[in-house]
Parts: sequence; structure tokens; C-alpha cells
Amino acid sequence: MLPAAFFLFGSLLIPSVQGAVYAFTDWNGLSADFNWVGLENFRRMVQDDLAKQALFNTVAVTVVLVLLQNAAGLLLAVALNSKIKSRGLMRVVFFSPVVVTPVVVAALWRYMYYPDGPINTILGMVGLKSLQQEWLAEPNLARWAIVAVILWQFSGYLMVIYLAGLQNVPDELIESARLDGAGPVRVFRHITLPMLRPAATIGFLLVAISGLKIFDQVWIITRGGPGTSTHTLSTMLYQEAFVFGKFGYSTAIAVVLTLLALLFAVVQLRIANRRDYRR
Amino acid sequence: MNRYRKGTLTLEIILYAVAIVYLIPVYVLVVSAFKRPDDPTPQLVPTTHPTLANFTEAWTSANLGRAAISSIVVTVASVGLLVVTASLAAYPLARVTARWSRLAYATFVFGLLLPFQLALIPLYVTMRNLGLVGGVWSLVLLYAGVQMPLCIFLYTEFLRSVPRDYDEAAALDGANRLQAFWHVILPMVRPITGTVVILNAVAIWNDFYTPLLFLTGSGNATLPLAVYTFVSTYGAQWHLIFASLIMTSVPILIAFLAMQKAVFRGYSSGLKG
Repeated sequence: MLPAAFFLFGSLLIPSVQGAVYAFTDWNGLSADFNWVGLENFRRMVQDDLAKQALFNTVAVTVVLVLLQNAAGLLLAVALNSKIKSRGLMRVVFFSPVVVTPVVVAALWRYMYYPDGPINTILGMVGLKSLQQEWLAEPNLARWAIVAVILWQFSGYLMVIYLAGLQNVPDELIESARLDGAGPVRVFRHITLPMLRPAATIGFLLVAISGLKIFDQVWIITRGGPGTSTHTLSTMLYQEAFVFGKFGYSTAIAVVLTLLALLFAVVQLRIANRRDYRR
Repeated sequence: MNRYRKGTLTLEIILYAVAIVYLIPVYVLVVSAFKRPDDPTPQLVPTTHPTLANFTEAWTSANLGRAAISSIVVTVASVGLLVVTASLAAYPLARVTARWSRLAYATFVFGLLLPFQLALIPLYVTMRNLGLVGGVWSLVLLYAGVQMPLCIFLYTEFLRSVPRDYDEAAALDGANRLQAFWHVILPMVRPITGTVVILNAVAIWNDFYTPLLFLTGSGNATLPLAVYTFVSTYGAQWHLIFASLIMTSVPILIAFLAMQKAVFRGYSSGLKG
């Protein structure tokens, strides 16, 4: 067990503790000495518009992704769990992007969003010229444009999780409910959905944890722009440390990110447990 | 029994329509990558004079060959290290019921909730002081730590479901520890090792954040970093960028198609854990 513990402590736990300690200093990452500044970094964050923007973006994007990605995954899974012939093909089509490098997908989508790029061209072709936009030029639009890319790439992951969940729903249970006169909507609502709870718990947690850390798509599609409107905690802490040399401030942001992740996990596991008791 | 009904046909048609819209970006990617920069055909129409020149030019300008080697070294070394150390550690964690064992397991699994961003900056400083920044081994050391909680979790939960009879038989036969690992533990954890390998290989192969920090400007860039550097330096030369995107994605997609079953099992495995 020692080698595993060596890596765990050496490359994760000890540096995490160090990170939490740096958060209370003004260290610039280069000089040998630094000053203890107490809660100064956190106080600064409260006054820093960029930090507030990044925190808002991170939480908003995560919440929206948790809901939409799970909904999309569930819809796909239910559709593919039927008797259609193209089941295997569709599963491959919608899952394939999950294994592709996010940098690659993000670069492709940056082109899709160009003012004279494919999305606007297609909108023009189908007579929806009025919907043509400068997708990445307006802060609100740019934020959801990034969310759309993540949905496009990773909904297939949730589809696979829910498909596995649906496999655990016994056919006989559904048959007998049907015989008792329950329509498909009622069967889904009262039998299928409750049995998908374990899948939903995992799905919610997975999306939340990856959503809070979102970096690649933002960095490639907008680099935090226009202005600083699409920065997330991850892109901001990268910039503070490696562009501005503010290592102390940067680790303080990482501490906030960590607390957020723990908060999300605790809340979701709590909800999951409460549901279990009720059953 | 349910047969292929009208409703199913409608569903199938809807799914095909959704899939076609869904695949538009892929269509754009493929159509554009085979066009010369001065090709007059409109954006979304396939050219009548396809060329492979974009691919050869992108391959050399983006240094993709070298990046592929870096990516392979980092991924193989990290995953190998993780499989060996995590399965060895998971064995006592799953078998010993003493308090220290449960505490150790909790420590390992707690790591699952830590975003690695917290550890990243101190790690960067330590690696820089050790002179490791810029080399691929810094990534291997880092991934071995960051991915360890997931591996330990998967192995331990799996081993708990394997009956003890196996290991006792091996111990009775007088196997030493290494032999026991090679002949007993490894075969025992084989079903879950596929999952561990796939989840970690995809995560490490595709990671961009860590190489951006540790390998920028080093000549050892992995594929995601090489593609990123290429995209930011060749800005508007999309025909070249698209060729590079295709070349980096096709190998992964082939690997996925070849190991479909194992991949789907791996990605849905959290459900049994």
C-alpha cells in the first residue's frame, strides 16, 4: 500500500494542504520569502469584480449543466431503451464525442460560432436570418454558447449511465403495471423514474464536479472574453498565477473552488440519502 | 411481447433527425479539412478537388508526431503505475477490517472530492524547484497522485465482492508477495482493470490543464497542448487546424470502436460501485 500512499500524499494531499496555506500569503511564486496576510486574499476576492463574475459563471454554468446534461442523457437513454433497430448505432453516435479530446471539440466549435461560420450560414439557408448572431461577442450569449459545447460533447456520458440504470428496471414490473391499466406516462413516472435514483445520484455528482472545474472550453473558445465576462474560477486562477504571478491570491481562489466542490457533494449525497430512507 | 410498432418507427425517424443535426459539426470538420485554402466551393459544400496537403502540412507544423509520442509515454506510464500501485493497495484495504484499514480507505476516497486545482500550484512550485517542469515525468508523478483515489475506489469496491477463498489458496501454496500479486491479485481484478485502464487513459490522454502548466514551451507537448498551440498560432488557417483535429481524434475513435463493450461497461461502472 505504501507506493499508492506515496503518490496520494506526494502529488495530491500534501500539495492541497500547501495550497490552503499559500492562500493566506502574498507569495508571488518566485521569491523565497513571503508575508502572511491573513484573510487579505479572501477580502480582496469579495471586492474583485472579476472574482465575483468568475464565481457567478462557475456556479451558474454548473447548475445549468447538471440539469440539462442529465435531462438530455435521460431523454436519449429512454429513446434508445426502446425496440428501435438503430439502437447500437445511435449509442455510438451520441457517445463518441465523450472520448474525444475537449480541446479538439472546443476548437471545432469556435469555428462553428464565427460570425460568418457554419451556424450562421445554416441559419441563413433555412430562412432564419433573423436568428443570426455574433455568438461570442455578447457576454450572456457567449456563456451559454460554451455550455452548449459541453452539452454536445458530454450528454452521451449521461446517456450511458441512464441506459445502465434502465437495464436495472425489471420488465415484469412494467408489464404488470401495464396490465393493471397504467399508461406509459404513469409507468415512467411511478416505476422507471424512482428506480433511476442511483443513476441520477451519480449523474448529478459527475456533472457537478466536472462543471465546477470547467477550463478547457472557456480557454479555447473565449479565453474568458468578451472582456472578462466568461471567466470561471479555473480560468481565473490560472491567469492570476501564471500570467500575473499572484500565487497567493490564486490559491485562495482554489480554496473557494474546493469548498464549493465539497458543498455540492455534501448536498447531493444528503439528498440521495434522504430519498433512500423514504423508500 | 412488444413488436416493432408505428410508435417505434416514429421514434426511430426522430432519432435519425436528431442524429443528423447533432453530427453537423463533424460534417463541417470533414468537409473543410480536405479543401485547399483557395478552394472556391461554398463553406458547407464538399469540394470536387479534395486534397491531403492540409494533413501533411499540419502534421509537420503542429509537430504532431512528437506530441503523439509524448502523449503515449505519459498515458502508458501513468496508467501502468496506477494499475500496479492501486491494485496492490486495494488488496489490504478490501481484506483487512481493522480500524487503520478503514481509515486509510476513507483518506484515499476523500481525494475523490478534492479538485486538483488546489494542489496544482504548490505542485508546480515543487516540480520547478526539482527541475522537473518541462519534462513528461512531472505529469506521470502528478497523474499517479490525482487519479489514485478513483483507482483505489474502483479496485477496493470490486475486491470486496470477490470471495476470500482465492487468496487463501494462494497463501497456502507458499507464494511470496510478488508471486501472489502476479498470480493471484492481478487475475482476480482483471474484470475491473479494464474499467480502470479506460477511464484513466481517456482522462490522462485528453487532459489539457496540466500540460498547459507543466509543458508549455518545452518541446515535450502532449497532443492536446500541441493542438492548442497550433490553434493559437495558426489562428485563421482553419483548413490546417481541421486537419490537425481529425488526425488527433481518429486514433481515439478507432480505439473506442474497437473496444466498445469495455468502454461502455467502464463508463457505466459507477453504478455498481
